[in-house]
Amino acid sequence: MAEPVLVLEALSKSFGALKVTDGVSLAVAPGELHALIGPNGAGKTTLVHQISGMLTPDDGTIRFRGEDVTPFNAEKRARHGLARTFQITSTIASLSALENVALGVQAKASHPLSFFRNAAIDERLNRPARAALDAVGLSERAHVPAGSLSHGEKRALEIAMALALEPAAILLDEPLAGVGKEEGERMIALLKSLKGRYAMLLVEHDMEAVFALADTVTVLVYGRVIASGDPVTVRADPAVREAYLGEEG
Amino acid sequence: MSSATTTAEVTSVAPPRERAKVLLPAILFLLLALAPLAVSIGMPAGWLALLTRALIFAIAALSLDLILGVGGLVSFGHAAFLGIGAYVTGIMITEGRSEALVILPVILGVCALFGAITGAICLRTRGVAFIMITLAFGQMVYFLAQALSAYGGDDGLTLYEKSTLLGFNPFASRTSFYYSVLIALAGAYLLVRGLVASRFGRVLRAARENPIRVSVTGFDVNKVRLVAYVISGMLAGLSGFFLANHTEFVSPAFMSWQRSGELIFMAVLGGVGSLHGAIIGAIAYLIAEDALSHLTEHWRAIFGPMIILFVLFTRGGIVGMLRKLGGRHG
Repeated sequence: MAEPVLVLEALSKSFGALKVTDGVSLAVAPGELHALIGPNGAGKTTLVHQISGMLTPDDGTIRFRGEDVTPFNAEKRARHGLARTFQITSTIASLSALENVALGVQAKASHPLSFFRNAAIDERLNRPARAALDAVGLSERAHVPAGSLSHGEKRALEIAMALALEPAAILLDEPLAGVGKEEGERMIALLKSLKGRYAMLLVEHDMEAVFALADTVTVLVYGRVIASGDPVTVRADPAVREAYLGEEG
Repeated sequence: MSSATTTAEVTSVAPPRERAKVLLPAILFLLLALAPLAVSIGMPAGWLALLTRALIFAIAALSLDLILGVGGLVSFGHAAFLGIGAYVTGIMITEGRSEALVILPVILGVCALFGAITGAICLRTRGVAFIMITLAFGQMVYFLAQALSAYGGDDGLTLYEKSTLLGFNPFASRTSFYYSVLIALAGAYLLVRGLVASRFGRVLRAARENPIRVSVTGFDVNKVRLVAYVISGMLAGLSGFFLANHTEFVSPAFMSWQRSGELIFMAVLGGVGSLHGAIIGAIAYLIAEDALSHLTEHWRAIFGPMIILFVLFTRGGIVGMLRKLGGRHG
């Protein structure tokens, strides 16, 4: 068994009296698609914020590629190869799709903040950016401002932006949220194509998608892990059925 | 999809807006280069002095546009840099050091230092707090200048000579003064434009819209903003050098908060973020101010409402209006 890429050890976080993350431990192996599910308010997004460095946990550690990254801020974690997408799409609206992705390529380049040369026509940035757009099926839309893309396209763009960082792990916060059926199917196919190449932690509400994609499923309820394992076992778990799947009908 | 077709698409797409971004500044600088000819065909000579003053403020407004329009940081203390540039010039000339190549490095150094220290503090805040703290630092420098009793204090400091450049006197004639400022403005414009288009500039622009996205992409947003703030301050210091030489006088009023407000207005009037808009805005502001003040002594009563109406009814300033007239909007 390969060394896991991302390991959470007894992570805890409270907002006042409310425990939003309560001793969460989990591990994501290289190439594994690990789904994180749970009812609304289970603390899934808060957990993703802590892993990406946007929130600081009260307790516990986050190991990434064998290193304790708990004290690192968001930009340092990103530079270490931890990419993420957002529940509410987060792109740079006025920049073209290509420039959005090139921004990520730039972060990994040898002179990320160079004052010289026009970045827009820099092939060292644009070539890898086009490849990432191609991988998510957006190469035809490279010159469209991100703000003018459809919702599903913006979701795909966010994934291309994550790929541009040459990440070791990608945190995906509900990539299917608000996406129509056809675009949703395309997104699922995209995630399937990335499976095996990147470690992914997928927060998702769409159960069909989760059970179609995930290698491992972890169920979070009120900030606590109530079950974790392969999709079949988790689906059969009585506690899970009661706390979560039961609600779905 | 082959990579050859994607490359072809990239090169074939030349958005009309990109062309406008080259055409308008080119026309602007051409007109400015020809402006002194207007004096030889009958415009009053004072007109060239007014235009020189406008171009000096254009440098300051352009520098402000780098952080305000491009970076999204509303600094209400930008006149402090202008004042520092003017005071360094005034003090050094008074002390017998009038060589521009000695004065300018001192100005750039002092402005960079002041920008780095105040910027590092100001950038810990956002929004209204940022506006207030930049205003506070600006006022601090203002009161410091008032306390400089050896150099005129509240009354200001009169300069009895102008700067020289390697033994030449570029500021001796109106025309050569004008062209000196125009060259500096063109240089500043090309520099800022290059910066905005660079990798650095792309991060600065992206952070204006979505700083969280930029930081989870691996960039230190505050560092990028601080560098922009320092560069912007240094350029404003440069305009202070010309201003002191032009008015042959420096006073604390150069760095009052009203002056900072005027600089913001110049950038907004022209159209924030476009860079050449700040230049057009500064010229329009100074010409309007001059024209109205000749009409009546209560010119501010007309100027104020004009400003309000203009801001209310034009989005994107003068540059935005020109773009609409060109029929390329939408």
